[in-house]
Formats: sequence, C-alpha cells, structure tokens
Amino acid sequence: MAKKSIGLFITIIIGFSFLSTAVWAETLELLTWKGYAPTVLVDKFKAETGIEVKVTFTNNEEMIAKLRATRGAGFDLAQPSQDRISSVQAEYKIYQPIDFSKINGDQIITTMLDAVKKNTTVDGVAHAVPFCWGTDGLVVNKKLAPAAADYTDLLNPAYKGRVSYRLKRPTLIALAFATGNDPFAKYSDPVAYKALMEKIGQEMIDKKDLVQNYWTNGDALLQSMRANEIYVAMAWDNGGWKLHEENPDIDFVAPKSGAMGWIDTFAIPAKAKNTEAAYKWINFMLKPENAAVFTNLEKTGTASKGAIQLADAKVKAHFERCFSDADINNIKWYPPVPDKLEAMEGMILDKVKASK
Amino acid sequence: MNKGMRWGLLIFILPVLVWLLLLIVLPQVDMAVMAIRADNEWGEKGFSLANFRVFFSEPIYWRTFARTAVFSVLVTFLTFLITMPVAFYITKVVSSRFQGFLTVLTLLPFWVSELVRVYGWMILLRESGVINHFLIKSGILNKPVELLYNDATMVMGLVYTSMLFMLVPLLSVLENLDNNLIEAAYDLGGNVWSITTKIIIPYCLPGIVSGSIVVFMLTLGNYLTPNLMGGKNGLWFTEQIYNQFIASFNWNQGSAFGFLLLILSSAIIWIGLKLTHQSLGKVVQ
Repeated sequence: MAKKSIGLFITIIIGFSFLSTAVWAETLELLTWKGYAPTVLVDKFKAETGIEVKVTFTNNEEMIAKLRATRGAGFDLAQPSQDRISSVQAEYKIYQPIDFSKINGDQIITTMLDAVKKNTTVDGVAHAVPFCWGTDGLVVNKKLAPAAADYTDLLNPAYKGRVSYRLKRPTLIALAFATGNDPFAKYSDPVAYKALMEKIGQEMIDKKDLVQNYWTNGDALLQSMRANEIYVAMAWDNGGWKLHEENPDIDFVAPKSGAMGWIDTFAIPAKAKNTEAAYKWINFMLKPENAAVFTNLEKTGTASKGAIQLADAKVKAHFERCFSDADINNIKWYPPVPDKLEAMEGMILDKVKASK
Repeated sequence: MNKGMRWGLLIFILPVLVWLLLLIVLPQVDMAVMAIRADNEWGEKGFSLANFRVFFSEPIYWRTFARTAVFSVLVTFLTFLITMPVAFYITKVVSSRFQGFLTVLTLLPFWVSELVRVYGWMILLRESGVINHFLIKSGILNKPVELLYNDATMVMGLVYTSMLFMLVPLLSVLENLDNNLIEAAYDLGGNVWSITTKIIIPYCLPGIVSGSIVVFMLTLGNYLTPNLMGGKNGLWFTEQIYNQFIASFNWNQGSAFGFLLLILSSAIIWIGLKLTHQSLGKVVQ
C-alpha cells in the first residue's frame, strides 16, 4: 500500500514536470508599453507558433534602465521610441543589430523603415524596426475650454487648476516650439539648448499653480478628463480619440506649433535568449491583419503597409478630423537625442517639481 | 561546544551569511563605488566627489532632503499621537473578548497592498470623489474643492500607511503594563495627565522608540504615497533618487543620493535614541 502511494506520487511529480515543460516550452519575454500586446493577438500568436508571450509594461526611461541594469538580459524584445536608441546604444550596448534578412520588409512602409534604420544606426548597423507611430498634442474639453489650440494654453491662466501635463522631456520640447524656438536645431549646441530649456523651466515654475497635477499614468489622466477635473492636457492622440468616442466634447487637437511625432520600434536586447521568437513576433505584429487589430484597439497607426485599409473607418475618421494636410506637414518628428541632454533636462524638471 | 554542534551552527548560519553578503553587503559596496565615481572633463569615469558636491551646491536637492526629513519626523510623531490612545483602548479598556477582534480590525486594511490603499484614498478625496460628492449633496459646499495634491493630504496618507507599525509594538508593551500601577497612581491622587506622562509613557518607551524607528524608516523611504497623494507638490527625496537612476541615467549621482539618505536616517535614529536614553539593542528586542 505504502509502495503503491509512493509510486503514484512519483508518477504525479513526473507528470507535472512534463506538463510544466510543455507549458513553458517556449516563451517570449516582451518589454513594452501598455496596450502594445493586446490579449487577442497574444492568444493568436500562441495558436500559430506555440510561443507564449510574457509581457512587462513600462515606459521609455524604465525600459532603458531595466536593460542597462542587466546589460541587455532578461528580455527577448523591447519597444523603445526611435529617438531614444542610438545614444543609449552607443554608451551602454544594450541592443543587438537587427538581422533584416529575418524581417519581412515587404509588409513595412518603406519610408518609415528607412527613417528608423537611419536614426538607430550605431557603428554602421541599424538596431530597430518601426512598429507604430502617433503624436503628442493637446487633449481638450472643447465645451469647457473652446479656445485651447496650442501648447501655450497649458500656461494660460484662463484654465487655472484645469491643466495637466507630464514632467517629462516632451513637455519641455513642446513648450519650446510653442514659444517660437526650434529645440531640435539646438540639439547639437548643448549650451544654447540648456539656456532655452532653463527659460522654459522657469516659465513652468511661474505657472505651476495653474496645473492640477503632473500626470504619470495615462489611464488616470483619461479618468480625470472624463470627470471634468481637467480641461486641457498634453497627451497622446489615441487617448484623446478614446475619450472622443465616449464624450464628443473631448477631442485631440493638433497644436498650432505642431504635434510632436513619435515612432515606437522593436529592438532586440543584447543578451536576448529567444531571438527567433522575437523575429516571429515582429513579423506577426506587422502583418496587416494583425496590425489592424492593434490599430482598432489602440487608435494608433502602425508601420504595416496596408493595415490602415483593414482598420475600422472610425480610426481613419479620427485622424482626418484632427489633422489637416497643414497639420500633418507641421508634425515635429523627434530626431535622435544626443548623449547627456537627458541629465540636464532631468535637473530642470526636478526644479519644477520642487518649486512652490 | 562540541564539534558536531559547531558544524550544525555553521550549516544553519551559512544561508544567512550568504544572504547578507549577496543581497545587502555587495550591492551596498557597488553603490558606494558608484557614488564616488563621476565623469571627468574628458567624459571618462574616474574617482570624484562631484556627486556629493552637486548635492550641496544645488539648493533643490538639499531642500528636498531637509523637507523629507522634517516631514518624516512629523509623520512619526503624529502616528504616535494617534496610535497611543488606540493601543491603550485595545489593551486596557475593552473587555478581553473584543481585544483580538479589534486588533484584527486594525490589521485588515493592511491585507491589501499600499498601492491599492493609496488609490482608495484618491477615490475618496479627488475633486469628483466620494467626500466632495457627499459635501455637495448635503449642501455644505456649493462647489467641489480639490482635497488631493497638498502636504496635509500627503502627511495623512503617510500616517495612515504606517499606523500598523506603531500599533503592534505599543500593544505588546502595554500588554505587559501592570494595571495595578495605574490604580495605585489614582489612589495616590494622580490625574490622567500625570499618569500618562509619569507612568504609561516611561513604561512604554522601548515600544514607542522601536515603533518610531520602523515608522520613520518606512516614511523616509516611501515613494508611492508622496508621489501619488502629494502630486505636483509632493517631491520626496526617494523620488529624486529614482529620477537620477531612471530619467537622467545618472546612476552615480543616484547612488550618492542613496548614501546620503542612509546617513540621514542613521543619524536621526541615533539622535532619537540618545534623546530617549534607549539603546538600540534593547529597543529592537
């Protein structure tokens, strides 16, 4: 009897270990933004390839810090913005070059692929493939703040206590554009850039009492806008469009001085374990029918050729409503960030947060 | 001690030593090395005290540092003021049948994570939140007010978060306080004030000090509550360490700040122990 139960026990243990190896057979550790790996697509990918995608949500800064801490280990694929790759790569070597023979280039919009290749080239090789793109601009409650049209309205006393933005570099850059400067042209001149940013920082300190709160979490910001606690916010276009579908009064506004255009990419960390799965996921996500699913859910355009024709007409309508041809031509695309600018911007932003 | 026992001791103590070395000593050494290195004029890393110099030359850093220290002391004191009567009530006033029940009630909120508790407070206090809704419906206010994002709310959140860690040591010392002492003091003509200050507090001092140390350390090292409830004005020193590591990619500066925080907390605790004439060994028992 005792022998029998021991036998049973061992069988169960062996059974479990087989089961667990079957379950954990192949995984893809994905470090990405919230919403970039919708459950529908993760399930579909598993059905097609048998690979389980394990997702960790984060943002640009934490992505870099996480990969830097492990020197590029722990994740098979990351999704940094294209402007945050080259200087980080040059200094910390956290990504590996992309093997473009494994990428299905036919399904990617050529101009976007070329731009990202060019901007992420370090030591002669490119380190990223474009995934999706969007803009940063204003999300406005048009009933309560009908006149808000540019970033300067973030500092407009008319909206006292009803304004929100992030204490991050895009805010500094946007406000610099709105005050008639071109911060990107000053990227190569750190002294002039610093002087400009300090001026913008001082402006933000002077107008601090207008701010309801500096947002850090996109969902929390949308909640505050729904509750009419905030009238004008600097935020991503897709957030504005999500709110527009719930409440037509709220919409994204492409600012007069230009929406800030970003492209998020796929980049493979230096010590990725399962690069094959990473390439499979890249090709899978950029397949037009899958990219369209993502676009419908997140209201974010992708680099996938033809995906927009497959997406809901509603998403296209959002884009056409908010962007005239002039607005599109006025989008300010982020060039690669030079080394050391971030530390200086961080100091200015700290001062804004610490001020009374 | 015979040989067998010594081996036994070694086997049992080894995991502890390995744990201490790998997870506490080595990272600290790494941080210390990082803190005293900085870029020189040619962009190469070398020995330098520049990271510490930045702290003293930039007012925002040492001001945040001082602010964090002052607020942590304040929070510790307020936590003590609020928990002391609660602990006294649970151990001395209420009948023993309810003691366990009341203790569990005070523990209950701590079964969920700090993040959830802070979001709970935010739902209550926000402009479109529960409290404002109630105040407007009852006609006390005619327009909602923003209750979040100021120092008072932040202090309240911190006190709430750390109450349990003061309550538990207080309960255990009060448990041992002989009720006859209080009775005798009344017989000898003592009043509430003199009994509290001359009998209860001196008796509870080890518990108060150990609770205060825990609360102080937790508050000083807190990140979530000041960040979420303090909002635009709630800069805490931990957040500046985070910013150095994450936003500015300046790990050397962040390490230096981390060390300064460690020195600060050790110094304040040392002063606290000296003022109350307690020894660390006795307090942590």
